[in-house]
Amino acid sequence: MRCDFADSLLQGYFDGELSGRMAAEFERHLQHCVDCAVELVDLDLLSGRLQVAQLYEAAPASLRKKIRADLHPVASATAMSQPLLWHWLAAAAALLLLAIAGWRVSPSLRTDDYQAELAEEIVDAHVHSLQPGHLTSISSNDEKDVKGWFNGKLTFALPVLDFANDGFALQGGRLDVVEERSIAVLVYAGPEHLVNVFMWPTRERDASPRVGSRQGYQWIDWRKGKIEFCVVSDAPTADLQQLQRLFTR
Amino acid sequence: MNDFGSEDRLRFEQLVLPHVDNAYNLARWLLRSRADAEDVAQEALLRACRFFRSFHGGDARAWLLQIVRNTCYSWLEKNRPMELSVEFDEELHLQTGPTPETIAIAGDDRERLTRALETLPPRFREVLILRELEGCSYKEIAAITSIPIGTVMSSLSRARRQLYSALANSSQGACP
Repeated sequence: MRCDFADSLLQGYFDGELSGRMAAEFERHLQHCVDCAVELVDLDLLSGRLQVAQLYEAAPASLRKKIRADLHPVASATAMSQPLLWHWLAAAAALLLLAIAGWRVSPSLRTDDYQAELAEEIVDAHVHSLQPGHLTSISSNDEKDVKGWFNGKLTFALPVLDFANDGFALQGGRLDVVEERSIAVLVYAGPEHLVNVFMWPTRERDASPRVGSRQGYQWIDWRKGKIEFCVVSDAPTADLQQLQRLFTR
Repeated sequence: MNDFGSEDRLRFEQLVLPHVDNAYNLARWLLRSRADAEDVAQEALLRACRFFRSFHGGDARAWLLQIVRNTCYSWLEKNRPMELSVEFDEELHLQTGPTPETIAIAGDDRERLTRALETLPPRFREVLILRELEGCSYKEIAAITSIPIGTVMSSLSRARRQLYSALANSSQGACP
């Protein structure tokens, strides 16, 4: 047995879309309508289930590639605009440098090509994010807002933490696709530089931080509680280590 | 895209490209296929690019999703016209059965929810996806789907009820 309100006001009330007056009216109705009260709980359960199931599907890397190709046809490669050319060069340089860094700085990376590749792509994503408008999809210093934005988009529990009191103010977040996997990114304003913190689920056991540093880009990568973290910035390594400690404390 | 200057392109990259995930997700759920979603999302992005000059600010996500939605519908009309004419048979699906909560306990819920969502007609599926996965307001849903804002509420109500009954049905083994 459904009440007349169930099709109209109930939905609006549940979705927080009623005006104050209408919401008050509906709340009065709720006091004596058990059907609506029960349905309200059902709606909440259903919505919670949809969130928990992580149904949101991010665009695959192949689609992004195709769109990039559409936007930058080969024929117009010579007419590439300055910022894009710069981006290309920076990305290429970062890739090369990281490949070298992976080879020379960290022996563990050398035996783990996939890891090295991923780190390269992440620096690429970092460089990309510095282009205007690419830094954040949700801009907020509120942990709840940022966490809310990620709701339904991830398959793991993202630690969203603001460290404003410790010199790293949360700026927001976004989703990147690196190596065909969705990676959550939190953006912090450090003492002098912007820092991207990349996070994705892993099955590997915890690993202590590995540091890489080459001509301007520093990164620290570690694993904790089935999440792999990678902070990237052109900030001094000491700053990144401080942020890394804040995350692991 | 020949007349697409580098300035336009930069603006497009800043305003529209951040919403590629949203575009793909909507297409994936409307078309029920990842491969088709990739093609149609790409086509929608191209279309968005072509008509970018007609976008005069405002909510870029809603603008893009509107284009994605329309591209999906014209793709469905061409390739799977049956899907647009089939209405959900409420008499058949509204059977009493175990509540969704009891079903949720067993089995892969993600799989079950996916299958249940996919049995809904596209017009109900889209309001649910926009509301529950995209977190759109009624106003945004109205803009994206071109349905009056007053209808959004009743569409959501029907969509949620249909999802319930589809979930109840799937637990009875009525769905393959």
